[in-house]
Amino acid sequence: MTAPRYAYAVGRVLDPADLAGLVGIDGAEVCQVAHRELAAVVSAAPPDEAALGARLERLDELAVVAEAHHSVVAAVAARTVVVPLRLGTIYRDEDRVRELLRERYEGFEALLARLAGTVEVGVKLYAQDRSPAPAAPGASGRAYLLQLSQRHRRREQEWQEAAAAVERVDTALGAYALDSSRHRPQPAQLSGAAGENVLNAAYLVPAGRLAEFGELAERLALGEPLLRIEVTGPWAPYSFTEPDRGDRT
Amino acid sequence: MTNAVSERNVALIDLLDRLLEGGVVLTGDLTLAIADVDLVRISLRALICPVEADRGGTTGAGSRP
Repeated sequence: MTAPRYAYAVGRVLDPADLAGLVGIDGAEVCQVAHRELAAVVSAAPPDEAALGARLERLDELAVVAEAHHSVVAAVAARTVVVPLRLGTIYRDEDRVRELLRERYEGFEALLARLAGTVEVGVKLYAQDRSPAPAAPGASGRAYLLQLSQRHRRREQEWQEAAAAVERVDTALGAYALDSSRHRPQPAQLSGAAGENVLNAAYLVPAGRLAEFGELAERLALGEPLLRIEVTGPWAPYSFTEPDRGDRT
Repeated sequence: MTNAVSERNVALIDLLDRLLEGGVVLTGDLTLAIADVDLVRISLRALICPVEADRGGTTGAGSRP
């Protein structure tokens, strides 16, 4: 008889009181599996863990599982440094989790050392479409076509200016942050946001300088009339878990 | 600060950027296949399909062949 475990994050061993009352996926109680100073934060996996994959194909279920995963990671991150794990990591039993901590001990230690005292901040930049729409085809088809081609040229120019503006903002934020990472731009039909998402970045920032970083981001964006900014977080360092990221190149 | 980190009201799309692309990927003997690239593809499909369904199946602007 095995007891499959869903794993959320790896961090430092916590006072069990810190985990009291914390629940994860499907309301399962959260506990830790320790190896030396490392602890994996786990809960019982959903009874039919193989069906979890199928559940995640449905957006409503995916949202429920993602939020449960995130709420555990965020709660633990509020207490200690953590390395978040990818959604959907399940082990046969606690022994397998312990074995994993043993196998990857040095890697986790290095990551935890790098992530200690940091938070992740999300920054999304949107290009605003400022060109007026051409008038509806009216009396003169020729005038309309001319308008269209002028608009096309203006947009192309705006696009280049927006790309340069993104570069300026990203460079300034990157210089301030400890590290940065990029996600794919979010399609407007999924985010519902106005404008085109031209930068979907994450920055690793010392926790003590979080407010300062947010102010810098807002100020930089104010100086770029073509861009609209959205700052999210602070997040647990989801986007900074690759082992080789230590040296910025 | 600690309250901010455990903020629950996050947009699903920002969360999925992180949960499906970020985080350490571990491969154990019983780590589900969903823990890897498949999940990204599956979830993106899951995300995109309902949106398209919401549009009543009409061919929206920009979907020219």
